[in-house]
Formats: sequence, C-alpha cells, structure tokens
Amino acid sequence: MNILEVRNLHVSVMNKPILRGLELHLKPGEVHAIMGPNGSGKSTLANVLAGRGDYQVTAGEILYQGQELLSMAPEDRARAGLFLAFQNPVEIPGVSNVRLLKEAFNAHQRYRRLPEMDAMAFRAYLNERTKSLELSEDWLLRPVNAGFSGGEKKRNELLQMMVLEPHLAILDEIDSGLDIDALAKVAAGINALRDTKRSMLLITHYPRLLEQVPPDKVHVLIGGQIVLCGGLDLAGQLEERGYGWLF
Amino acid sequence: MNDSTVVASAISRSYKHGFVTSILSDTIPEGIDEGVIRLISSKKREPEFMLAWRLAAYRHWLGMIEPHWSSVRYPPIDYQGISYYSSPFADNQDSIALEDVDPALLATYEKLGIPLDERLSLAGVAVDAVFDSVSVATTHQKKLAQLGILFCSMSEALREHGALVQRHLGSVVPSGDNFFAALNAAVFSDGTFCYIPPGVRCPMELSTYFRINAARTGQFERTLIIADQNSYVSYLEGCTAPQRDRHQLHAAVVELIAMEGAEIKYSTVQNWYPGDAEGRGGIYNFVTKRGECRGDRSRISWTQVETGSAITWKYPSVILRGEGASGRFHSVALTNHHQQADTGTKMIHIGRHTSSTILSKGISAGQGHNAYRGLVKVLAGAQGARNHTQCDSLLLGAHCSAHTYPCIEVKNHSAKVEHEATTSRISEEQLFYCQQRGLASEAAVSLIVNGFCQDVLRELPMEFSVEARKLLEVNLEGSVG
Repeated sequence: MNILEVRNLHVSVMNKPILRGLELHLKPGEVHAIMGPNGSGKSTLANVLAGRGDYQVTAGEILYQGQELLSMAPEDRARAGLFLAFQNPVEIPGVSNVRLLKEAFNAHQRYRRLPEMDAMAFRAYLNERTKSLELSEDWLLRPVNAGFSGGEKKRNELLQMMVLEPHLAILDEIDSGLDIDALAKVAAGINALRDTKRSMLLITHYPRLLEQVPPDKVHVLIGGQIVLCGGLDLAGQLEERGYGWLF
Repeated sequence: MNDSTVVASAISRSYKHGFVTSILSDTIPEGIDEGVIRLISSKKREPEFMLAWRLAAYRHWLGMIEPHWSSVRYPPIDYQGISYYSSPFADNQDSIALEDVDPALLATYEKLGIPLDERLSLAGVAVDAVFDSVSVATTHQKKLAQLGILFCSMSEALREHGALVQRHLGSVVPSGDNFFAALNAAVFSDGTFCYIPPGVRCPMELSTYFRINAARTGQFERTLIIADQNSYVSYLEGCTAPQRDRHQLHAAVVELIAMEGAEIKYSTVQNWYPGDAEGRGGIYNFVTKRGECRGDRSRISWTQVETGSAITWKYPSVILRGEGASGRFHSVALTNHHQQADTGTKMIHIGRHTSSTILSKGISAGQGHNAYRGLVKVLAGAQGARNHTQCDSLLLGAHCSAHTYPCIEVKNHSAKVEHEATTSRISEEQLFYCQQRGLASEAAVSLIVNGFCQDVLRELPMEFSVEARKLLEVNLEGSVG
C-alpha cells in the first residue's frame, strides 16, 4: 500500500488556482524529490499536506496510510506520523526547545496510547538519540529558534524529526540558506533518518542536496502539475538547462 | 483556521475553586456606619488606638469620592449593600486550636490544596489562612519564633505586639491614601503580620491564603511586612472565591517596609472568581500595595500573576528612599471573557543611586480589557537613579484590547530612564508550528502564552510557578475554538 496518494489535487489560495491536478504516489521507505521553479506550488503542496489553513482544496483527494487526510486536524496528522520541516521555522520566545519537544512527544504518546514520559525520563531519551546531531550544551534550553542562525533552525527541525520519528517527512527547502558545511551536516542527518519504512518528500530548488541524499524519484512541478518524473539524472539536467525547456 | 476564527468562539471556562463551604458564620448586617466600625473593633478586642485610627479613616472616607480615572468600567458599588464582617467562629473567639476548628473549614483548605495541618503541609511554606474576615490558622509559627520571626494574623499582632504594629501601620499607605485604602483602614478585619529581625534570613516561604466564602460580604484585609536590617523574606499571597452571580468587593492594603540591607520578595498568584463568560459575577479587586525601601541598599520586589477577578485595579509600588535601594515589579495579567484589568506600578526614586525594573506582560483574550498604568518618578535628590521599563502586550482574538499608560517624571538630570513597549498578536505561524508538532490548538496557545510570560514566571518561588502555569492554562480555556 502507498503511504501517500495524492489524486487530481486542485488547490487555490485566495481564489487563485495554485495546484491543478497534481498526482503523487509514495511507497513506504521511498524518498521522492519535488523540484520546480518559484511559484510552481511546491510549498503549497507541503502546507496542504500538513493541514495549514487558508488553502482551499477545490478538487481531488489525499490518502495517507489509506486514510482520508483532508478531514484530519493538523495535530492529528502530526500525531499519525506526518511531519513537516518548515522552510522558515518560526521563533517561539520563552519556550525552550526541550519543552516543545516534550509536549509534542507526549502528545504523540497519548495518541498512540503509550505512556507519557516525565521530564527526567525524557531528557535521558533525548540525550540518547540526539548525540549524532552534536548539539551544543545549551541547545535544548534555548527558546525555540529564537536567535538561531539559518543553519541552526534547519538542524532544529531535524532534531524534532529525530524525536518524533515520523512515517512521512516533508522537508520544505531544508537546504535553503545553508553553506556547504551546514548542508553536509543536514544531509547526514537526513540520511541517518532514512530507513525502509520511513518515506520522505524533499522539496528543493537545487540538485546539490539530492547528490548527498539520493532520492528514488525526482518530480518536476510546474504550473501546479507534475510535468516530468525521473531519477537523479533528471536533477542534473535541470541544473544544466533550467526549467525553461519544460514549459 | 485563521486567528480571528480561532478565537471567535469563546466558550465557558472552568473555575475550579467556585464551590461554597456550608458553615455557620457570624455575619453582621449589611451596611457601614460608625456603629459597624465600633462593632468590628470590639469583636476583635483591639487596643484603643485602633478604634480611633479606624474612625478617623472612616470620617476621611466619607468625604472622598470613588476614583474613576482608571480604564475599568462597572456599575455603581452599593457600599451599604455589603456586609463588612463575616467570621466562621463564634463571637469573641479570637483564637482556636486547630482540633476545634469546624472540619468543614479544614476540608475547604484541603480542597484548595492548602492543608493547614503542619504535618501535611508543603515543606518550606508557612501559611496564614484567612477565611472571609478572620484568620483561621497560621502554620509553622513555633519554628519561626525560634528565629525571632513574627508571623501571625493581624488580629493576633494587634493583641500581642501592639506597639510594633502601631509604629508601622499606615506608615507606607496612610489611612487616607485613597478611597479604597481609607475604606480598608476603617473596616479591615484581618490579614497577616510579619516581622523579620535584623540579620535573619527567613528559612521558609511565608504565605497568606485568602478565601472569600460568605455571600454579600466584602473582604478587607491588611498585610504588614517589616524586614529589619539585613534580613530577607519571601512572601506569597494566594486567593480564591466561590462562583456567585453577584459581584463581591475585595479592597485590601499591603504595606512592606525594608530597612537597611533588607530584602522582601512579595509574590501574588491572584485567582479570585473572574465571573462567567457573559461577565456575570466575579470579584472587584481594588487593592493598594506599596513598599518602602526605607534603608540604604534595601530591596523590594513585587511579582504578580493576575488571572482572576472581574476587575483588577492595583498598582504595587515601591518608594525608593534609601541610598542604592532597588525596586522591581514583574507582572503577568491575563484577562479573558469580560474581565478588566488596570494594573501597573509606581516607582518613586527619592534616594541616590536607586534603581528600578518594571516588566509587565499583559494578555487579553475574549473581550478582555487589559491596561498597564505606570509611574516612574525621579525626585531632584535622586542622583544617578536608573529605571528600565518593559511592557509587552499579547492579544488573542479580535475583540480584546490592550492599553499602555506610562508616565515618567524626572527631576534629576543624571537619571537614566528607559521605556520599551510592544504589542503583538499571537501569531498563526506559531500556532500552526506547534500543531504540526502534535499539540492541540489550546495546548499550543497555552505554550506560547507561557513562553511570553516566562521572564515573569521564573521570578516566582519554584512551588508556585508550577501553580501559576496551570492557572494560566485554565484561564485560557475557551479562548480558542
């Protein structure tokens, strides 16, 4: 069974059609990349999948793990294992990273009818699984994304993903604004989270992320539709020729 | 789901402490005159000077006009429709062994999470429990007495330490200070008295828990805290009331005196019944709180978390008289549904090199009305005075309001006074971010609001910051749909 099936999806933002008949099918464990020029609807797709308001779905359907995704509340989608790494993670002053992580983690536990963890147990759990990210000592106590550099914000998204262990992760331009070293770290983090069951949707402008996190498929999104599918070599072609020849 | 629709559907909130204790009480008839004041004074078997003081305040009050300069709006208060004294004890019974207290009363405090039996009480916290007009019990008194610390009800203090009380009572908030303070001086029935001797660091949190129970009564208590030279005390005040349809008046006075090198930390978690979602009932909270840093290098800080009351009208202030004295005011005021809060502080810099810090966080939800009103006054002699003020307002929804009325008067050129203010809406981005991590919208709002208040909440003693967080959460219920 596909983990995600997007069928004939039409979405408007303020009555302006953005997605026009988008089709997408993802199997468990697959990593797909979605590339496309600015304004083609990449972030709209990510936001509609996550359940953000202000997007009107005018036609089509989305099945996530066989369930009608569009009728689920955003928090229930998250608890059912759908994770969005934000393109511009928002700052939440005064709320420590560890506090958000613990609340989020326990919300997932409750949804899955698993026991919640107290502060002590959760810290131990965190330390266990965040070693590989090489976070600084005070990272967990700092307010969520407040005063973080672009690279730090992206690594913070990966940290949350690592803790929440989603089934489907949508990474919306996780590579934007990163220098070569930061990109390598983020790519290593993503690769560490790849496994045979977890699916990922990488939304990106640039092939350099895909060189380090090779996808199973590359889709080209233009004008609200997937116009071309291929392998990693398609990303290379786009790097050389741009998108113009596809219009 | 955008911000306005999120907040539009305000539903009822749950006030956990709205129950009524069924208990026989000695309540005097409604109304106020000299006879009532004599009656209260005689019931409390006070020293002679108190009656004279009360009557002088009453006569002064008769000539005063209820102030209406603040931004809160309410129908006229009928001062003859209030009972000024209600006691769960029989007449002339001024102290009572805990074993003899009506079990219903003890059960009330247990239900509120404040057991009065010392064996069950929070370690490290001594409590004076005030029920309607009288103090029911004061815990850990013996242990504190070993250090020379006096911690008792105001009634007991007047009987046992009359001279000490007489010397200080009204020295910070004079009996004719303002309309509500004058009314309080005339009819106040109980409250807490603390004296910390020189050089003593009070080893536990001292606290008073105020409970209004009887209907149609007002609560008028008076608290006096004196920290002698180089002493330290941390004090906490908590309060609740039953859920009733009629408004009830609470007009308290708190006076703090810090001598040379002394420090007083005064924290309030105010959870009076706020009224229902339509604005019926709730406490009118008109309170005068003022501290005086009398000695050099003395320090006073007010930390308040105001989540209850239909109306909050209070400005905990510090008179910075001693050289190098410092005053701090940290406040979180939350108004939801039809609640109104007009609160802030006054920092009066008299001494040289005095400093003050003001941090105010106002949160408005529903149709709540929230105002910060502050005065920073630097007198001519306050060479090198410093003040930093920060006022932040957070709005939830489209029908609430936030206002800031800062007033700054500087008469010394060397003073440095800074004021920063921000007003923001809870952002949809933040809400969605938290929801995407699995938090329900109410949990998300509560988390974000908690973050907004973090700098104030961390000033509270540990035991109470947890309580305050929970309270904010409860009081935000119904602020999102």
